[in-house]
This record gives sequence, C-alpha cells and structure tokens, in this order.
Amino acid sequence: MPYIPHTPEQVRDMLEVIGVASMDDLFADIPAELRPASFDLEPGLSEMEVCRRLETMAAKNRTNLTSFLGAGFYDHHIPKAIDPLAGRGEFATAYTPYQPEASQGTLQAVFEYQTAICRLLDMDAANASVYDGGSAMFEAMMMAVRSTKRTKLVVSEGLSPIYRIMLGSYTSNLNLELVTVPHAQGTTDIAGLIKAVDSDCAGVVVQNPNFFGTVHDFSELFAHAKAQKALSLMSVYPVLQSVLKTPGQMGADIAVAEGQSLGLPLSFGGPYLGVMSCTKKLLRQMPGRIAGRAVDAEGRTGYVLTLQAREQHIRRAKATSNICSNQALCALRALIHICLLGPEGLTRTAELSMERARYAARRLTAIPGVELLNDAPFGNEFAVTLPKSGYQVIDRLIAHDVVPGFPLGRYYHGLENGLLLACTEKHSFEDIGILAERIQGACQ
Amino acid sequence: MKTIFETSIPGRPGVWPDEPHKRAQDMLPAELLRGKKPDLPELSELDVVRHFTALSRLNFGVDTHFYPLGSCTMKYNPKHLEHVAALPGFTDLHPLAAQLKGAGQYTQGALEVMYELERLLCEITGMAAYTLHPMAGAHGELTGAMIIAAYHKKQGNQKTKVICPDSAHGTNPSSAAIAGFDVVNIESRDGIIDPAALAEVLDDETAALMMTCPNTLGLFEDHLQEIVAMLREKDALLYYDGANMNAIMGKLKVGDAGFDVVHLNLHKTFGTPHGAGGPGSGPVGVCEKLTPFLPISRVVKLEDGRYFLDYNHPDSIGYMAPFYGNFGVALKAYAYILRLGREGLIRVSEHAVLAANYLRKKLEHVLEIPFNRVCMHEFVASAVQQAEKGVRAVDIAKALLDKGHHAPTIYFPLIVKECLMVEPTETESRETLDLFVDDLVDILERADNYPEAVTGAPITMPVGRLDETKAARDMAVTWDLARELDEKQAQKPAPAADDA
Repeated sequence: MPYIPHTPEQVRDMLEVIGVASMDDLFADIPAELRPASFDLEPGLSEMEVCRRLETMAAKNRTNLTSFLGAGFYDHHIPKAIDPLAGRGEFATAYTPYQPEASQGTLQAVFEYQTAICRLLDMDAANASVYDGGSAMFEAMMMAVRSTKRTKLVVSEGLSPIYRIMLGSYTSNLNLELVTVPHAQGTTDIAGLIKAVDSDCAGVVVQNPNFFGTVHDFSELFAHAKAQKALSLMSVYPVLQSVLKTPGQMGADIAVAEGQSLGLPLSFGGPYLGVMSCTKKLLRQMPGRIAGRAVDAEGRTGYVLTLQAREQHIRRAKATSNICSNQALCALRALIHICLLGPEGLTRTAELSMERARYAARRLTAIPGVELLNDAPFGNEFAVTLPKSGYQVIDRLIAHDVVPGFPLGRYYHGLENGLLLACTEKHSFEDIGILAERIQGACQ
Repeated sequence: MKTIFETSIPGRPGVWPDEPHKRAQDMLPAELLRGKKPDLPELSELDVVRHFTALSRLNFGVDTHFYPLGSCTMKYNPKHLEHVAALPGFTDLHPLAAQLKGAGQYTQGALEVMYELERLLCEITGMAAYTLHPMAGAHGELTGAMIIAAYHKKQGNQKTKVICPDSAHGTNPSSAAIAGFDVVNIESRDGIIDPAALAEVLDDETAALMMTCPNTLGLFEDHLQEIVAMLREKDALLYYDGANMNAIMGKLKVGDAGFDVVHLNLHKTFGTPHGAGGPGSGPVGVCEKLTPFLPISRVVKLEDGRYFLDYNHPDSIGYMAPFYGNFGVALKAYAYILRLGREGLIRVSEHAVLAANYLRKKLEHVLEIPFNRVCMHEFVASAVQQAEKGVRAVDIAKALLDKGHHAPTIYFPLIVKECLMVEPTETESRETLDLFVDDLVDILERADNYPEAVTGAPITMPVGRLDETKAARDMAVTWDLARELDEKQAQKPAPAADDA
C-alpha cells in the first residue's frame, strides 16, 4: 500500500507487542452494528494514473483566454522563485509553530511578514493571516464591536458585494446592525457615509479602490468617525498600496486586504490570504496568531507566538475568534513576493497595471455608446456602461477567447449594462487593442 | 539570524518588471498617493533565495523529522499532490469565470473535481451532501454551527445552547459562541462522555452536542448510540469534529452512526500539507434534512453530464467563503483519495491505529497512561510521576527536540495533567517508532538521574527556551516595534549599583 512502510512481518510483530491477534481487534471498541454496510470507493490508482486523470480534468478548464476579470482578484505575474522557496518541505510540511525552538524559520518569516504588511499599509501591527479578505473584514468588524461595545456598523456599497454577502451571512446569528450606504454612480458616497456614522456606530467599512475601481481619500470620513468614537475599517488592494495613500495616512484603525495579488495564483478561489493589520492600541483585540520577538536565557533573539491568551485554545468560548489554522504558507508566499520585487518592483507593477487600464479606458470610450460609469480617478480597474447588457457582450466575446470583464449586473441592480475591467502588467497593449475591437464588434 | 529588513541594500535591483511609461503621479492626483515608496527590503533574487532557504533550515517538518503531534495528523504528504495542484489548468482559473452567464462550460474540470470530491466524502462518512467552502477545521465548525442554528430557526425551535465535553478542542466552544450559542461544558468520565452528565444539562433548549470521535484522548466514545438516542429525544443535533477521522475510515461511517453534521480536516486525514499553520480545508457534510442550509454555491451535475453552480437555495446560510473554499487544497485531497482508493484508506486507519497502540505499549512502562486501553490513532500519556521530580511534560518535549523528534502535543487535552498526546500516523516506519521510543526512554532515565539535563533542553536548537511572558509584555510584533523598544531601553539609565 502506498505510503505505509510496514512489511507484513513487522505488522505481525507489532500486533504481538500490542497483545492482539489481528488488526481487527484494534477496532473492537466500535460496535458491530455501527460498522459500515458499504464503503463503496474505487480501487486505488497508480501515481501515473492519478496525474493523468487530473491533467485531463485540468485540460477541461479554458485558461487560454485573454481575460480582463478582476473584481478583487488579480492575475499578476508570480516570480518563479516563490514556488521552490515556499514549497520547501521545511515550510510546507511543518505545523503551526507551537514548539518555537523547532520552528524559528516559520516564526521569523511570520514576524517579517507582519513587518512588511505594516510598512506597506502604514499600520502598527499585523497578524499571521486569516482565511481571506472577506473573513478578515468580518474579524475587523468584530474587533470594532468588542472595543467600542457598540453594535451598529456602517458599510459602504463600494465594499465588494462578495464580502458584503459574507458579512451578512457571518453576522446572521449575532445581534449586529449593518447599515449599507449606497454607491453614487460607482463612487463611494463619502458624504453619505459621514451622515450615517453617529455615536452609536462601532465602525465604518470602506474599500479602496472600491469595487468599481474608484480611488478615494477617506481621511475626512475617518476623522469624523474618530470624533464619534467609531473605528475606521478599510479594505485595500496590496499591489496598488505601493502607490496609493495608505490606510495609516488616512487614519484607519484596522486595515484588511485580500493578499492574493501578492504572489498567489487565482486557483479558482483559493487558497488566498486574509491580511489583517491594526493600530497598536487595538493589538490585543486582533484575532489569530501573532509572532513576537523574544529572547532566550543566553540572550539570543528568537520569535514566539505571542498574546496567545486571546486565542481559542486558551479562552475557548470567550476567545477573540475561533480561528486556528490560517493561511500561513500563503503569507510566506506574499512575504517572498514582496521581498523579490521590493519597493521599486511593486511600484512598477502598480503603475504598469494602471497605465494599461488608462489605455483600455481610452480605447473603449472611443467606441460609440461605451462610456465610463463615472469620471472619478481609478487605479487598474474601471467600470463602463455598454449599449447592451454586460452579460450579452461577455457571451459574444468569450466565443472569441476574450473575457472582457465582470458584469456589474450580477450584483448591482440598474447596472445591467455595466462592465468592470481590470488590467495588470500581464496585459499587452495588443491584448487591449483586440479587446476594444471585439467590444466594438459586439456592441454594433 | 538577521531579519530581511536588516539585509536590505538601498537601490539594489530586485525582480523588477519593465519600467512603466507613466509614473503614479502622472496618473493620479497627489492627495490620493502615498508620496513615499514603502520601506520594503531591496534585495537581489539570490539574496532572497539564501534568506528563505536559511530560514527553512531552522524548521522541523514532516519531510525532515518525526512529528508525532497529537490531534494534528502529521502524516507524509505525497509529492505528486503538489504537481496536481500546480497544473496551470487549475492555478490560472479565475473564480469568477464560473459565474459568467454561459461560462460554467469554461470551468468544467474544476467543477467536476469539486463534485467528485464531495461525492467521495459523502461515501467515506455516510453523509448526504458536502460543502467544500470552509477554509479550515474551525471554519467548518462555524459553518456547521450556523447550519444547526438555521435548521432550528426554520423548525421554529427555541434553541440557545450547545454542549461540549471537556475533552473538546478549544475551537468547538469558540465556534459555537460565534454562531450565537451559549456553550455548556460537561465533564468526562473514564476519558469519555458520561451519559449521566449529559442528561443533567440536556434539555429542550439544547441545539447540539459537539463530539470528537475518537476523542482527543484517542478513545472511542463507547456511549455513542445511547447519546444519539438521548439527543434525538430533544431534537438536538449531533456534531462530528473530524479532527480524528484518520482513525476510522472504513470502520465507522459517522452519518450512519447518527451524526447530523460533520467537518473534516483535509489537511489532516487526506494528505495535504499543513503549510506551517495553513492553508487547510474544512469541508462540512450534513444529513439529508440539513442540506437546504448548506452554504451557496453548490455544485450540481446535470443530466447531460455537465456541471454548474447553483445559487438558488433560499434557506442557505449564505456565503462562508468568497468562492468555493480552498480549492487548491481540495484538489490535493481529491488526488490523495483517488490514489489510495478503498483498500488504501482502510489501511491508512488500520496502520494509524496500529502505530499508536504499538507506541502506547512500548511506553506504558516508562510513562503513566491514564486511560490505558486499546486506543485509536493517538493516545495520551502523562508525566505526573516525572513532574514530582521536577521534570514536566514541557521539559520532555524540549528534550525530544534535541533528539531530532518533534514533540507530541503537550498540555492538551486539558483533562490530563502533564499530558503528552502522541499521534504517530500510518506513514512512519517501525524503525522510526523504535528510535522515538529509545530516545524517549533515554530522556526519562535522565529525568530520574539528572533532571537538570532535561529541564535545560533544548541545547541543540537555534535558540533555547524563549521568554514568552516578556514577549507578551514587550509586544514587539514587528521589526519597527522591536527597534522602538530597543531604543527606549537604550535610553534608560543603567540601574545604580545599590538598586541591584
């Protein structure tokens, strides 16, 4: 049998040591009437057959399309050095670093990851990760609720609709009130948010760039929230954070992100990376694992999981969160990605993506009947309105191996003709030219 | 080892893309920009490769060391699973590609993997349906607890509490609390759930009991059938924490045994690596009456053989994940199950149990084993006798590191003093198990004769025992906070001689 090393003689010897006659005697505690009537699985396959079967299934997915899908999840180049480093067995086959002396590699990497995230976002502290950008925002909301002892959250409709649905699901059994402030033609309605944030509010939740790609400065909103003793919660796009005004500069209390764009493949939705960071004041409210610097009896520097008294294995029902396993290896990938690109590489990635988006916007708006949804500044993603339904245009273009973007009608009523397009450094100007020609053809 | 921030050389070129035609300030107004570039490491590719290779060598992993960490199932992770999960046909797939109208056809291979894996998990556990969305075991628990809440709500039941035994993982009470329940703990007797203790707290307000079986002591819950009957009487549901599924494949189908909701840990039982803490995957299976409450979307197979994502489930608890869970992890588990097949999975459990009992027998003369009967895939030993001489479980754990073994889980479950929870898994050879026994016996002999040789461990690791109390007080959780702290301390005047 694969991966089981014992020879038949060894099994016999071991049973004898145990003092039982057969393997089945080891399962005597399971009553006969509970034994399965069937266990109807196929016989095992050879390694070659498994690989062949999965290769065949992979080939049924069409990944050779020129795609402008983004909507929070972006196809950036992944430096080839990441796979062999993060794939090293010493990282990949380790467990949570509960024995720090045998886990300094993991712990120092987490410490460095936390530092890199804080420097990218201008925040004081970060954790070792949560599952994804959406669960990160849920945890951020719970931090706001705990620290303000208030139960109302004001959520901008510019926050990803996927995350807003997640927040609704996660809070369905908790006595929390979520107030949604509608977007204004694809821009975040800062005045509306300011009006909605009052002294009953635990936190205000925004995203930058928002779901429509629009870039904002939330400094005024966050100052207002602070005056109301509410917390400011912000979801960001890490790659663009190399150029955009940071959550820290705007005065955010908690900044979260989907970290997928930092060296993780799209991989049909996961594993991704929930980035969480906050001010020093809120550190003890932050869930999840946190690495901290420590020292041994000989004065050597090392790293440990710290502030564990917040966590479920100590506090059980009263813990800050139930999270145990996180996305550690994804966080390691993100750290390696950041280190390989450095500040200049990350900045260039953001700028290349943004300049391509500007070229795409220029080409698309030259098509009769195609207009930008708004004239607000944008990053590498923008929304247009088409003369016909977004779905229809997408259907037409997919037939020609181009996915022009995401149909806004999927989540926003009244925007059935809306299309959300993202560019990255991987799109060539030729790709964008073909996109424009195809859209023009489909709109005629 | 220096942090990567200390090795940075300003201006050193990294893995840069081409220079853009326009810079950020040409594209956005200054008030929307950060102004200064982030202060991140500037290194060559070789610098980065050396740094992370060096870091990796400070770690123990299954690939390098025996890792008998109880309740974590640190088995060998076959390498072809990595090949499968890295196929570009999967890694390049945008999750939203499956949500474009008429475009499910472009993700048929991925949907087929999800559908088939759900079907296999149903057969392995005897459940009616699965969701792959939960991204870890605790996330599965939360999903399961929310399904339980939704079911009772729909039934019009007024259920407010969830019962957890004292042997439960800490995530159980924590997950139940986040799903809005009050948590009631019950004491175990002889290491397992005591029906009498259950009867005392079980009432009409009980929504569910969360059970791990075999439990965290490695013991089968002997009163399972009685407990199922007691719960049914109160319309309370039975939750199965699948952390210990590695013990019972082919021996017990939990759905058939009366469990209503199950979470599995694909990263434990089904061969996917733990990644130094994640990503995992915590699929949730339910019995027939709970299927309407599963998260959306759900994968459906049409009569013509095509797959599509179904969002039309009005009673669903909604979205637990942005998309379909940790697909890349599910993919590995699927390949693992295909590879092992029916006989292979049964043998996994048999050999996991064989190895645990072999170690238990070999160690029963040197360590106290509080519930010393045939165990399942793990057992709990206690160092209470050693503790009387000043050598605690933590000391034994650290001494094992010096011998080149990862330590067992210590101080969990909470109900055994000075406990060491040992789970060898099926993939470790008898030679490795024997070496572990010899080394542990040697440590325990030294604990008797020269306890300070054990309490001083580890001595061969990159660091000795670290001061965790000071770390929690310092809160030096980034390089910047650490430097700030150092500067503050450097400014403090040295204490006068008579203060010392």
